[in-house]
Amino acid sequence: MMGVVVVVFCICLVENMIKTKNLTKIYGNVAALDDINLNIKSGEVTVILGGSGSGKTTLLRLLAGLETPTSGSIMFANEDLAKISQKRLYELRLHVGMLFQYSALLNSLTVYENVAFPLNEHTDLDDTIIHTMVTMKLEQVGLRGFEEMMPSQLSGGMAKRVAFARALAMDPQVVFFDEPTSGLDPISAGVISSLIHETTVKTRMTSVVVTHDVQAGLDIADHVILLWQGRIIAEGEAESVRLSKDPRVQQFIKGEPNGPIPFSRSQTAYIDDLTYKPGCVRLD
Amino acid sequence: MQNYKKIEMIVGVFVLVGIMSITWLAVKLGGVGGIGSKGYELTAIFDDAGGVREGSDVLLAGVIVGKVSSVTLKDNEEALMILNISSEVKITSDASASVRTKGLIGEKFVRVNQGIEEDFLSNGDEFDDTESPINLEDMIGKYIFSGETP
Amino acid sequence: MVDFIGKLGRNTLDAMTKLGDATLFALATLRLLFTSPWQGKHFVMQLYAIGVGSLIIIIITGAFTGMVLALQGYHMLVKVGTEALLGPAVALSLIRELGPVLAALMFVGRAGSSITAEIGIMRVTEQMDALEMMAVNPQARVMLTRIIACAIALPLLVGIFDVVGLFAGYLIGVEMLGVNAGVYIGETIDKIALNDVFAGLTKSIYFGLLVGIICTYMGQRATPTTEGVAKATTQAVMLCSVMVLILDYIITSFYL
Repeated sequence: MMGVVVVVFCICLVENMIKTKNLTKIYGNVAALDDINLNIKSGEVTVILGGSGSGKTTLLRLLAGLETPTSGSIMFANEDLAKISQKRLYELRLHVGMLFQYSALLNSLTVYENVAFPLNEHTDLDDTIIHTMVTMKLEQVGLRGFEEMMPSQLSGGMAKRVAFARALAMDPQVVFFDEPTSGLDPISAGVISSLIHETTVKTRMTSVVVTHDVQAGLDIADHVILLWQGRIIAEGEAESVRLSKDPRVQQFIKGEPNGPIPFSRSQTAYIDDLTYKPGCVRLD
Repeated sequence: MQNYKKIEMIVGVFVLVGIMSITWLAVKLGGVGGIGSKGYELTAIFDDAGGVREGSDVLLAGVIVGKVSSVTLKDNEEALMILNISSEVKITSDASASVRTKGLIGEKFVRVNQGIEEDFLSNGDEFDDTESPINLEDMIGKYIFSGETP
Repeated sequence: MVDFIGKLGRNTLDAMTKLGDATLFALATLRLLFTSPWQGKHFVMQLYAIGVGSLIIIIITGAFTGMVLALQGYHMLVKVGTEALLGPAVALSLIRELGPVLAALMFVGRAGSSITAEIGIMRVTEQMDALEMMAVNPQARVMLTRIIACAIALPLLVGIFDVVGLFAGYLIGVEMLGVNAGVYIGETIDKIALNDVFAGLTKSIYFGLLVGIICTYMGQRATPTTEGVAKATTQAVMLCSVMVLILDYIITSFYL
């Protein structure tokens, strides 16, 4: 228990919760992330924006310690993720929550058991206290009364809200959100967005949100990072990014098909492929 | 939690049944600790054991009903055999035992012929009537050297 | 021709790499038995899913194996007039060979496939990452518990398989075909040695470990897509079945 107290103490003192230096991740011979340097400040919502394939999910997984970088370093609350033991990593994770894109609820457990899971695993709390805490978390996401349902019986939006409750169960210092609003109806998406904003303000936790939903992202962000092809192309407060002169940033924010970021991935001229050439039909 | 208690119970029963099965196999068939009954023992005294050895079969009506557990010499002139008979097989008190050969030159075995009495032999009893093997060589020798036609 | 040899070489190298990878995976996982916190409750849950879940199929297979052995054995032995040996014939083939092997094959189909599929799906749906992020080591919680549960459940199932098979064989041999009950039982008890029971049991422990390791490994290394998991499940069942038969030969040759 002493260990836990010390960790909390350390984490609260840090001004920059996460810092990366020359962070690079290479899959095969494709650089998913190339020389990323960023600072994530404590108590803020940092939104990482980017299109599909921009490396934003890879970045989040690296920050969460789920993958190891090819080169460069990640400092998490002044500790180098590459250098600490697995035991220490697990100690740090007691103060970290994560909301996964597809909720990742444990499908053999009920909603109640899912939210109670971290508490049962890592605390010696009484069943009655755990019950109260789980009920509070479920009330927060508006799903009180669904305790006995199985994850397979839930809609995508509900599952995400349960996952949100689970991510907050340990009252974490840092929460990672992977596409928190994708695949949700506007109301659910709005609820999740405001939950992220509210909880961050109320509990002074640090939120890192990865999303391609520009409007929702900019609305809740204290700090925005825009990724394109594994590089940061814009960084700053939401307003400054919105007003950026960079045509790539403008194209992404406005969602235009034409601009410096090509929509089409085809490498050959359209007209060439349209013309039928006998004997040149590709069957593979 | 209530659910887990139930599962724990079922798993407990499963493990118990599994271990009991293995124990049963080891004890009953493997003969650990000699708990499994191996039948009862009868003695038979022959003039000539005729090559019957420890482990030879005991047949009743052509069916294997036991084994010869030992063959020893008695009083320096007779062969004493201990026959181990399956406990399910009952042998009448006037039954006879004889040493026979499977086929003309096959393996030697002990043949038991049932009698007509109503009561049965029990552990440690002795066969009253035994018949030693017909020795082919002896017969041939007798026939040649007697110089007579039988 | 050159193409074919190249392909052969590549596939061999591939297989060797996978074998090495699987061995390292197994060692790393089994090491957790001593270093990670004891997973008692989760182990019991797996024993329930894997062991109790396979019970029905094992009992049915065991019964019919014993019955057909008695039937076939009788018709063969009666031709040479040695039907008194039916009991030991049934018991020996059950305890030494068919019990461990058939039970293992049924176990692969019932429990092994579900292990691979479950782990694969847990990876597709990020549940493994979720466990990792909640500071629970998935290798200890998910892989280790399943491997150990396999290694313990299969010998128990084989014991049950053997007993059920022996009784079914007795029913057919004695009640239906009319072999003398005393002779049947007496001969069986006489001819089966402790060594035979031991050989069968040893086999089943190895088979259980093998199935557990292969199935968790295939689930863990499956491409995390629905197609990848389906493919890995099929491969796991095939690989397990073949490996069980190969390992059976190797162990038998050591024991005889």
